[in-house]
Amino acid sequence: MTEILIKNGFVVDPLNKINCEKMDIAIKNGKVVAKVNEKNAQVIDAAGLTVMAGGVDIHSHVAGAEVNMGRMIRPEDHYKDPVRKTALTRCGTGYSIPSTFVTGYRYSEMGYTSVFNGSVAALKAKHAHEELNDIPLMDKATYILTGDWWFVLENLAKGDVDECARLVAWLMRATKGYAIKIVNPGGLESWGFGRNVHSIDDPVPNFGITPREIMRGLIKVNKKLNMPHTIHLHTNNLGVPGNYQTTLDTMKAFEDLSTDGKPVAHITHIQFASFKGENWGKFKSGAEEIAKYMNAHNHMTLDMGQVTFSDTTTMTADGPFEFSLYELGGHNKWVNSDVETESSGGIIPFHYKKNSPVNALQWSIGLEIALLIKDPWKIFMTTDHPNGGPFYDYPKVLAWLYSKKAREATLKKCHKSAKKKSLLPSIDRELSLYEIAIMTRAGTAKALGLPDKGHLGVGADADVAIFNINPETLDISQKFRTARKAFANAAYTIKDGTIVVKDGQVVNSQIPGRTFWVDAETKDPCKIDDEMKRKFRDYWTIEFENYPVTDHYVKVSDRLERKASV
Amino acid sequence: MSKIINNVVCPICGCLCDDLEVTVKNNEIVKMKNGCAVCEAKMVHGYKSEERILKPMIRKNGKLEPVSMDEAVKKAAQILTDAKYPLLFGWSSTVNEAQRIGVELAEELGSALDNCCSVCHGPSVMATQEVGIPAATLGQIRHRADLIVYWACNPWTSHPRHVERYTAFTDGRFEGSEWKSYMNKMKASASRKKMDIASKRIEREEAQINPQVEVNGPPPQTLQKPGRKMIVVDVRKTMSAEAADYFMQIEPNRDYDVIEALRCIVQDQELDVEKVGGVPVEYLREVADAMMKCEFGVIYFGLGMTQSLGRFRNIEVAIALARDLNRKTKFIISPMRGHFNVTGANQVFAWQTGYPYAIDFSQGYPQFNPGENTAVDLLKREDNDATLVISADPGAHFPSVVMKNMMKHPLITINPDMNAISRLGDVVFPTQWCGIEYVGTAYRMDSVPITLKKVVEAPPGVLTDEELLSKILAEVREIKKKRGLPVGLTEQKIVHTEPIEPPRVCPAPVTKPKPKKVVKKKKEAA
Repeated sequence: MTEILIKNGFVVDPLNKINCEKMDIAIKNGKVVAKVNEKNAQVIDAAGLTVMAGGVDIHSHVAGAEVNMGRMIRPEDHYKDPVRKTALTRCGTGYSIPSTFVTGYRYSEMGYTSVFNGSVAALKAKHAHEELNDIPLMDKATYILTGDWWFVLENLAKGDVDECARLVAWLMRATKGYAIKIVNPGGLESWGFGRNVHSIDDPVPNFGITPREIMRGLIKVNKKLNMPHTIHLHTNNLGVPGNYQTTLDTMKAFEDLSTDGKPVAHITHIQFASFKGENWGKFKSGAEEIAKYMNAHNHMTLDMGQVTFSDTTTMTADGPFEFSLYELGGHNKWVNSDVETESSGGIIPFHYKKNSPVNALQWSIGLEIALLIKDPWKIFMTTDHPNGGPFYDYPKVLAWLYSKKAREATLKKCHKSAKKKSLLPSIDRELSLYEIAIMTRAGTAKALGLPDKGHLGVGADADVAIFNINPETLDISQKFRTARKAFANAAYTIKDGTIVVKDGQVVNSQIPGRTFWVDAETKDPCKIDDEMKRKFRDYWTIEFENYPVTDHYVKVSDRLERKASV
Repeated sequence: MSKIINNVVCPICGCLCDDLEVTVKNNEIVKMKNGCAVCEAKMVHGYKSEERILKPMIRKNGKLEPVSMDEAVKKAAQILTDAKYPLLFGWSSTVNEAQRIGVELAEELGSALDNCCSVCHGPSVMATQEVGIPAATLGQIRHRADLIVYWACNPWTSHPRHVERYTAFTDGRFEGSEWKSYMNKMKASASRKKMDIASKRIEREEAQINPQVEVNGPPPQTLQKPGRKMIVVDVRKTMSAEAADYFMQIEPNRDYDVIEALRCIVQDQELDVEKVGGVPVEYLREVADAMMKCEFGVIYFGLGMTQSLGRFRNIEVAIALARDLNRKTKFIISPMRGHFNVTGANQVFAWQTGYPYAIDFSQGYPQFNPGENTAVDLLKREDNDATLVISADPGAHFPSVVMKNMMKHPLITINPDMNAISRLGDVVFPTQWCGIEYVGTAYRMDSVPITLKKVVEAPPGVLTDEELLSKILAEVREIKKKRGLPVGLTEQKIVHTEPIEPPRVCPAPVTKPKPKKVVKKKKEAA
């Protein structure tokens, strides 16, 4: 492998408390090392450039059955964004749900090097892994929908957390998953018969359990298995006006579970869960309440799910939510995709418009929360790709975060509700490069429990992003467009010690990236006997032996071994 | 020595039943349990047919002559690179791994790429692109559905285990099997038939014996009962119709009208006619009632709907009916996909290019336009000047004018046995039977991925689809390079099981990031 020396860049590395200091980064064998021989190394002159670790996206729907269904039903989305084949890269299409190769290239062009796939039903996990294999230049992993898995519901209803933990450990291994994903707990099971749950204490039909018990139970399971990430939660009542109360109830329900000050849960796309008001007519922002709570407590992390005003495609495992969105009217396409015994799902193409009072306010809610929460280690930047907007709108979101001027420029074009019903116009905070690095790489890597990602200390993975931003001469809050451009087109992206992007162009597409998955070793393994197999045959329509994702489906496997306490 | 292999997946129809028990003796399948008749025909007998191709062949002076693999690959690559606009067609009976290479090959050639779905469920895909689709996996139906409608399809013959494994005759968590009541009904019907025959013999009538006097009678009372019900809608009485609680016979090409009438009833609108599509409106009302009253309903539709008058509009309106019904209850609609991996072809094409079928790479990027880039239309216009057919038999199924145009230009075929298209080929490759002789991934009709198994060894020298296509692709790149044309990079083959570095033990997440010793000290203090 080649050696690389990045000279004289302004290094921003929050995990090592380095803030825009001029220093060199040396790379050898895919790792950051103390030094390399300058004569042999490829030298990158980074004078006047900002050097950060490669971006780590904590929540993005890039692969799996749901994503691909979205691709399939939206030819009109692809027509406007064809991507030509070159000698180095494969062809494909954008826009809101790009084809797999294009996904990899475009992430890489923005200096991202890892992406965590939002949700996958275990039964269709093979599909997700097949697609992940076709996303080049990125390390990746996928969360597994566990919240409405019948074995989980049954064992938690019985109160048998230990047995539940053993089964979840088996599930993670069987699906090559990374974390426990919970989507609208209880609601997906209820959706099997067209119903839903409306608070965290609503009973789940036929199972004698409540969403509160599911979530608390799985937090305990997560702890027992010593998983790298916390539970990854999509709250009940998502996208319903007044749901900030449900979100607060949910967060309060976990307070006692955090014993050591560490976070116990990650609520994803918080913007969609911070709506105030009784109905869409009286729609208001609940950002203040959420932020206030987050500032006073340390047991949660969040990501934004920012809306970026584009013609995009919403997709989630929350089938009932997508149906209610369809019922709101104005949508021609509605996809529902229930998965037996595990989950549901839905897709609706959606155009977020600046002149819509609701969409404009949604835009400001996301930014409000991100700016009102004082500690950037608690909230990360995402658009919940493609739900709030495609991931290549990240530079736009960053601009809104680091520049009040950028916010005002957009606010001017928005419906007046964004100004009237939210606190955004009164917020003066502008994020520094240091805080941006936390929200896009350091914080996410820490929340995901990845010790070798998100920083540039010795021993870290050699995933580096270099941006054409000179912190000494460029005031990013004033010249936000220049900085936005720099974030959209990385000067260099280095993946596993190889330069893959130069000046915003892919120069090497042959780095496949690894797939992380968690292998939690329980003291007693989960009992796989004839009884279990019989149950399996009853619950699913495929045989027990054909359920697991075999090694065949993971191109470059990176197993994270964990010692469980059960 | 015979050995029994369990949980084998059946590589035939979209059901992908994965519970077969196969007995192998001397590298031959001798017995098979659990499979249907169609499955047995292929798995036990068909795959070892005498028509099996064992050596690659090239047509010389009008006759197919066996040649070496290298020669055939060279010839095929030559044909494909020489052609201005080749067509790669087929893909539904091969595995994802091969389809992936197929897309790469099409991209490299700048060719057209289409799969069999353009002549079967392509209209379903188009309808989904227009209005979406409320779908579910088969297990959801098994556990919950109490109303199952088969529209314009005959699962009893085409997907023999669909009813028994996934819908009406299976025990789910919330709904039981209707097998027993079906048996009773069959017994009753058999004795009725006997009585009929006997009485007719007594009357010495020579007329054709038709036990079911009224083919399209009113829906029975049982349609409103709790528990599972099955309705079949079709233009003729099929075996599936006999198994159903109610068979609604409609006039050919009137699916759209009948569904639209049902939609009117569901939406409480007036219908001023007495009959729609040959069915009295009162009957339709009762069917609509059953649809609205059920706890969980499902419509499965087949080619009778996609390939009759109206095509994708039929599906669109059927999906709209299911959507309307979701306001009253839970309702699902799904296509009965035919070949075992036609769904997979759509999936692979979609994630690599954004489009499920009918793709054109001639501009250097994928373009989608069914009706223009679909195989039949391309060939009819005689747009392409070479064809590669893989795991499909258009020779037996395409219109003759289209076949005539195809035959005007070189044809390469990749099929395990000598079917109609292989007989017509200029370069004929042998290949292994996927799911019998090699491992791969296929997608069930509800897009659930299942790994096909290998149960016997392939004949020596016969490659898998994946290996064969990789060879052709490499050769195509070689030729293009010689001609000084730009070529894409061959994907590095990575051994699946070996990670690039040994699996590491990841320490527990750190709460407080310890400031590690950093790379190099600052250049200078000031």
